[in-house]
Parts: sequence; structure tokens; C-alpha cells
Amino acid sequence: MARRSGSPFTGAGIVFLKEFADHLGGARMMVLEWLVLLTGIGAVYTAIQDLRTTTSQDPFLFLNLFTHSREPLPSFVSVLAFLVPLMAIGLGFDGINGELNRRTLSRVLAQPIYRDALLLGKFFAGLATLAVALIALWLLVIGLGLLTLGVPPNGEEVARGTAFLVIAIFYGGLWLAVALLCSVLFRSAATSALVALGLWLLVSVLWPLIVHFITAAIYPPDPLQMLLGGGPSYEELQLQQMLSRLSPSTLFGESVLGLLHPATRALGPVFIEQLQGALMGAPLPLAQSLLLIWPQATGLVAGTILVFVIAYVSFQRQEVRA
Amino acid sequence: MSETVLSVKGLRKLYGATAAVDGIDLTVARGEIFGLLGPNGAGKTTTILMLLGLTDSDGGTIDLAGFDPQREPLEVKRRVGYLPDSVGFYDNLTARENLRYTGRLAGLRRGVLDRNLSEALERVELTAVADHKVATYSRGMRQRLGLAEVLMKGTEMAILDEPTSGLDPQATFELLDIIRGLKADGTAVLLSSHLLDRVQAVCDRVALFHLGKIVLEGTVPELAHQVLGAGYFFEVEAENFDMARLKTLPGVQGVSEEGAGHYRVHAERDLRPAIARAIVDGGGALLRLNSAEPSLDMVYRHYFESQHGTA
Repeated sequence: MARRSGSPFTGAGIVFLKEFADHLGGARMMVLEWLVLLTGIGAVYTAIQDLRTTTSQDPFLFLNLFTHSREPLPSFVSVLAFLVPLMAIGLGFDGINGELNRRTLSRVLAQPIYRDALLLGKFFAGLATLAVALIALWLLVIGLGLLTLGVPPNGEEVARGTAFLVIAIFYGGLWLAVALLCSVLFRSAATSALVALGLWLLVSVLWPLIVHFITAAIYPPDPLQMLLGGGPSYEELQLQQMLSRLSPSTLFGESVLGLLHPATRALGPVFIEQLQGALMGAPLPLAQSLLLIWPQATGLVAGTILVFVIAYVSFQRQEVRA
Repeated sequence: MSETVLSVKGLRKLYGATAAVDGIDLTVARGEIFGLLGPNGAGKTTTILMLLGLTDSDGGTIDLAGFDPQREPLEVKRRVGYLPDSVGFYDNLTARENLRYTGRLAGLRRGVLDRNLSEALERVELTAVADHKVATYSRGMRQRLGLAEVLMKGTEMAILDEPTSGLDPQATFELLDIIRGLKADGTAVLLSSHLLDRVQAVCDRVALFHLGKIVLEGTVPELAHQVLGAGYFFEVEAENFDMARLKTLPGVQGVSEEGAGHYRVHAERDLRPAIARAIVDGGGALLRLNSAEPSLDMVYRHYFESQHGTA
């Protein structure tokens, strides 16, 4: 078979600009922004009230701004973990089937571009929109912190905060790819949105439960072990962790933990021997924290690429007829 | 006029075991309007999608403006304008923005794009509403905007899928006028339709699709000759006269009732004087008698009736 001529990226920039403009001007984006803004500010506000009393004691005051929570409000990070997928799904669920239902798809594909350009343009436009919203929100939180705490963040805090921002955008990218995949697979936008949301619920809420059941089935609780007061075996923990890391929300949660709690030394089971000589509670240097969460971050990006490729392949084979 | 833009040989498309398009041959020359006719599901749209490289073919060769759409789709799409069946636009954008988007995707440079765009909108008479949102457009206006897109691209071939379906007579008339304009520019036009009288009014040649095959091809008179046989057709309307008696006239090959009191007579030569005399002598009141051009509608109906008879 002859190689196809022309670049798959021809037109991707044009699609990107059009979709980006649509997103930024759209009512949907406005709703999402307000949602994030209000919940974010709510969460940070309570954190600030608590943090003011400990300003002088904590070397990583600004990171606490992201992670501190006081009942009943969740921390800023958990709000983001909840809302970023929602935003991404909201931006992507009708990417392709929307074009099909508006009957614009065949008109656009009759132009001299490959289908790659349309999918890529849409993906990056969604990602850019998400990035703009998250960066604005991030700056807002830092600004609020500066105003109310009266202490500037140190270099490491800024670096860790930025890394956290990047991870959050990657996490959004994964869900955007999932939403686009659904928009390729399902002709109806409502079905596509429901399936994407269902998947998100499955991996972030139900998956931990399922993991628990699976490990319990493979390693049934040993009565003798329980009598002796021992915990689960090492193999059991390993399996549990491996399974739970299949869920992107676990990967995101662990990355955030490593980045925003500098004292985190390991994300898995640790033997007592390994802790010999360790200064418990002492923060790790940034490079070590990054090294710690590297597999998680890579996993998120790899997942994004994998889902995108599936979406790409199924889109190539799709009939454009409405 | 003889310069060939599109040539198709033995094109096939299978969906599972059934052939949606089963070995068709076509040629369309510069400045020619070629009509694809046939009932829904006969394979017209599938053929069009294969010509654009939007669907893979399962056999046969296509040469469109010197390129194979299955291998070099970008080159083909650069040279072909396509108006899909029930075309859609982005409702939240204006007509001009919609066309600018596709124009940029088509790779037109800014200066050329703006000039072509204004000219195209002028030709389809949408200049006055070019900066309105497409959401406010009627169906006829959308179809015209779709044609404006084809005009803007300045293509060698225009492929129009059911351009007149769902339009009122006035809108249809305007649209066909624009299509004639394309022909005048030297563009080859391939148009599919099931509205026969409209197609007849504008097409140079037609091909009749049936179950994925082209069963008839040629100019309308040629087709009429093939299907209806040689001869003359007359439309007759009369009162107080039994038309069946016309069958006894020498030279009459058939009489069929087309509507209440409205008959069609098929004869081997021009029998108008004989028919008129027969009616008047028979005591009838002759209301109308004129010779009828064989219409595509007749050809179409006659063909499928005969198919039905033999099937």
C-alpha cells in the first residue's frame, strides 16, 4: 500500500483556533469556570482561616493552602480531583458526534485535511481551555494566599505548585481523551456524556471497592494471621496497589500527595528496615519528590496517549454519513 | 468539452456480503452536468463518498482530476467541492465565519480567501445576510451557502448530493440557476437526486442507479428511447369520449390514463390530426392535445415498473 501523502497536521492549527474560540466563548465553559471558581475559593477560604494561626511554624505554608481541609468542606486539591475530570468531560463529550449531528462533519472532512487534524485540533483546544482555566484558578489561589497570609511563597513551593498544576492538566487531558473517545464511539451526545461520566464514577468511586473485593478473593483473610494481630501480607498489598493504580484518580492522588506533602517518602508499603536512619517527617528535596511520582505522572500521560490512539483508530474507520 | 475530469471503472463497495455499489463505470467531462438518479439506498451517496476518499472502496479504479481519491485524498479534496446531503453549518457562527473556517482548512491564502468568499456570497445572493448567524437561515439559504462554499473553493469538480431536496420551488429554481453557473465556469458537476423533473431541467447526461448498478446511462432522449422505445407521445384531454377507442387508430401503440380525464398516447408517428378527428367525430369535446417530450419521470417509472414486472 502506498504511503499517504501530505502531513496529518495540515489544518490542525486551524481546527485548534476555531475550537479554542468556541470553548472560551461558550456558555458551557462559563458554567464550568464558575463552578470551579466558587468551590475553589470556598475550599481555600477555610484553609486560610486555619493557616493564619500557624503562619510562622510551617516551612511549606503555601502548599497547605492546596491541601488543608476542614470539615465539612473538602480541600482545594480534592475539589480539583473531582472537578477536573468533570470539566474535561464537559469539554470533550460532543467533540465528534456533535459535528456529525450538526451535519458539519462531512463538509469539514471534504476539505483537504486528514481526520487526524480534526481530532488533534479538538483535543489540544480542549486541553488549552482546561489549562487556561486551571492556571487562572491556580494564580487566584496563590494571590489569595499572598493577600491573606502576608508571606510570599518560597522557590520550592512555587516549583512544587507548578508541578502540581502540570499534573492536574495531564489528568484533565486523560479525561478529555476519554470524552473524545466516547464522542467517536457514540452517535448521541447524551449517551456519550453518560458513558464518560459513568466511567469516571467507576474508576474514581467504585474502583477502590472493586479492588478490595478482588484482593480479598485472591488472598482470603487468614484467621491465624488475624489472631496474631498481623496485617495483610506483602503480596496482598502489592496486588492491591497494582490494581488500584489502574485507576487514573489513584495516580493523580498519589502524584499530588508526593508533590504537595514534601514529607512523603514512599507511595507503597515500606519495611521497617528501609526506614533505618530516616528522619521521620523531614521533607524530601524537590528532585526526590519528583522522582517518587515520576511513574505516576508517566502513567497518566501514557494512559492519555493510549485512549487517544483508540479514539483515533475508531475515528479513522468511521462512516461520515449522518 | 471533451476533457475528462472524472473517470470511474468497475467501482465496488461491499457492506458485509451485500454490494452497496456493484461495479459502476462513469465519466464526466469539464463543463458537463451529470445526474445520478435512483431511489434511496441505490448507492448514490456511497459512490460520492468513495469519489471523495471518505469511504474505502472494495475494488475498481477512480481517476478524479488526475488523482486517485483512495490513495491521494488530499489532492482530490483540494480540487473538488462537495455539498453533502442536508448540509449543516455551525449555528453559532455567521455565514462568513463558517465559510472562512472551511476556506482556511482548504488551504486558501488570506487575500484569495476573502476575495473568493465575497464573490461566492454575491453569486448565491447571501451578501446582505452574510454577517448573520447561520442559526437564522432557512433551508434554502443553507443550501445556497453550501454552494457558496463550493464556489469559493474554485474547484475543477463540484459534487452535489441531493442539492434540491426539501426546497420549495422558488428556492429550487434559484439553486439550479447557480448550478448552471458552475457549468458555465467550466466546472464538472456531479449531482445526485431523486427529484426527476428538476434534474432533467439541468443535466446534460444522467445515470440511473438501481441496487448498486448503473442500469441506464445517457441523455434524457437517449434514455427515453431505450426504455420507452421510439415514437411520439401525446397528451390528450377530452370529455364525453372513450379513450380506449383511440387504440384502434392505425399507428397507435398504447393509451394510458395519467389522471382524471387526462391520457397519454404513444404512437409511431405524429398522429395529432388523426386523434383530433377521431375525438370530434366520436362526439367528444377535445380540451387539449399536445405532443409531450418524454420526461425523465416517465422513463424512471416505466423502468421500475418493468423491473417489478420481471422480478
